[in-house]
Amino acid sequence: MKFSEFNWNAMPDVTGHFGAYGGRFIAETLMEPIYQLEQAYSSLKNDPAFQAEFDRDLKHYVGRPSPLYFAERLTRELGGAKIFLKREDLNHTGAHKINNTIGQAILAKHMGKTRIIAETGAGQHGVASATIAARLGLECVVYMGAEDVKRQAPNVFRMKLLGATVVPVHSGSKTLKDALNEAMRDWVTNVDNTFYIIGTVAGPHPYPAMVRDFQSVIGREARQQILEQDGCLPDALVACVGGGSNAIGLFHPFLADESVAIYGVEAAGSGISTGKHAAPLTAGKSGVLHGNRTYLMEDANGQIIETHSISAGLDYPGVGPEHSWLKDLGRAQYVAVTDAQAMEGFHTLTRKEGIIPALESSHAMAYVMELAPTLAKNQSIIMCLSGRGDKDINTIARLEGITL
Amino acid sequence: MSRIAACFQALKAQGKTALIPYVTAGDPHPSITVPLMHQMVEAGASIIELGVPFSDPMADGPTIQLAHERSLVHNTSLANILAMVSEFRQTNQTTPVVLMGYLNPIEIMGYEAFAKAAQEAGVDGVLTVDLPPEEGKSVLPLFKAHGLDPIFLVAPTTPAHRMQAIAEAASGFVYYVSLKGVTGANTLDTTEVAARLQQMREYTQLPLGVGFGIKDAATAKAIGQVADAVVVGSALIKQVETTPNDHTAIIKNISGLLASMRSALDA
Repeated sequence: MKFSEFNWNAMPDVTGHFGAYGGRFIAETLMEPIYQLEQAYSSLKNDPAFQAEFDRDLKHYVGRPSPLYFAERLTRELGGAKIFLKREDLNHTGAHKINNTIGQAILAKHMGKTRIIAETGAGQHGVASATIAARLGLECVVYMGAEDVKRQAPNVFRMKLLGATVVPVHSGSKTLKDALNEAMRDWVTNVDNTFYIIGTVAGPHPYPAMVRDFQSVIGREARQQILEQDGCLPDALVACVGGGSNAIGLFHPFLADESVAIYGVEAAGSGISTGKHAAPLTAGKSGVLHGNRTYLMEDANGQIIETHSISAGLDYPGVGPEHSWLKDLGRAQYVAVTDAQAMEGFHTLTRKEGIIPALESSHAMAYVMELAPTLAKNQSIIMCLSGRGDKDINTIARLEGITL
Repeated sequence: MSRIAACFQALKAQGKTALIPYVTAGDPHPSITVPLMHQMVEAGASIIELGVPFSDPMADGPTIQLAHERSLVHNTSLANILAMVSEFRQTNQTTPVVLMGYLNPIEIMGYEAFAKAAQEAGVDGVLTVDLPPEEGKSVLPLFKAHGLDPIFLVAPTTPAHRMQAIAEAASGFVYYVSLKGVTGANTLDTTEVAARLQQMREYTQLPLGVGFGIKDAATAKAIGQVADAVVVGSALIKQVETTPNDHTAIIKNISGLLASMRSALDA
């Protein structure tokens, strides 16, 4: 298939599949609600009034467009390609997550739902959901793995300040996947009045497509900004991949630009060979979880295995189905960096550019540090700086043996 | 005729309602499952639903989640469970066995391999919670080709046109989920259930079972008056929670509860 001629917007197909991946693998109780959601979304997404409301909120409430920043000192130090950072960390609430929650919350309002639920790992999606619920006067319940509640305390407090109820989930591995299970159980029980805002490009169709559409503003802006600032398309894109929403948001508008290499960076945790990681695209295989078929971390019996990452936002055994498809097509390459490399990325960006990145985004940074020196000085890389690192300072301090 | 069809035909001839217990295979230990299955048949079970544990049982409430976790401590696999069914079949050739669970363990085993092995083991039906008919277009014919009835859920949210599609894809029986929510939830509206079953009968001749929210002899009896089969799960599994280390007590208490339901249904 010729990437430059393929109609990337035609995917997923009408049944919600990206090739073998995606789909709607959910319990019967949720099938009709999922069809209603799909119908509501497809009738609204081309509605000029809906788009205008979304764009207005992105501009005046989120603060978009986010800057594309040329990291000059970092570029010089690494001695290779020019590094541009897409500053999603400067959005209201501090990460890319708000782009999607605004879109879904407007949809929820149109569908007459009065209650919002969300799952969260690092807490950024929970905060973004609580934020938009506060603004629209909707009840908000956020499910969060008990383990993540501990390691992301500042975000838990922020959600509570915003009026959300945070429910710690004690089942399974007590992280993001278990929060997602619990949110699904809430949804199946309260489906009449409740809208489930999924925070990533995973879950049953239409979530992967809908979240991608809302997040694609990242790539559309970046594409225009790099043409203005650098006069040509970038040579490479780099973004971290947990579920993969910031990554698909950056990648999607560039998929037909064949000259642009695309790299998704997964969490290698303690190292792929140790088995303690969260890199399904790098080291997993295809399976069905959380409503879609995709690459998963699973054992020989099809049980989902516990993941490990320093970053709560990447600590997930699955990945958005579109990434699985892009990997098989060879349109995007997926690599993995360890906790230790991510820490190095974190400190480097902090010290060289005065920008404290989220631990998730630090994984992308670590890969940029590998990639940039291999490219020529007239080449360029856009990295999605998906979130700011304030939420992680307790984790960093603890890892480095510092008492705050 | 399949074992499931024969079972319903025989019950109908006697004017009886089917009683279908659900237990998670391997809970709290793999060694209990086969004796428990036999004892449940003694207590009046018509069909046995054997839960295949999964690490992420999204449609289940806390009781069955914990049952899955207890079973997975012993790494109970789909292959182990098929071996349990084979063992059960050595002395019981008549009671139908339906496997209930999530898609991924089957997907990983491979659909063809699973269908073949399940047929050889003596499995009669497969209920895969997260495989709606839409996603089953290539899988379901494989099941049927190996004599496995695909059992589907119908929910309170299922509209008429989906009932029809489900009826077309299903065989064996159709399982009506009596409430919105996860397994083990509480309230049950018999009038509402009766109305929905009535609607469902417009689309299918298959027997109709009802589950979710049946917890004792009284609720079983009430549902038994409108359904062809009564499914009970969480209420049985709660008996495991009370005495997790005493297999004799678990078997005794589960069969005791089932027997009380059987008498209430037959009264």
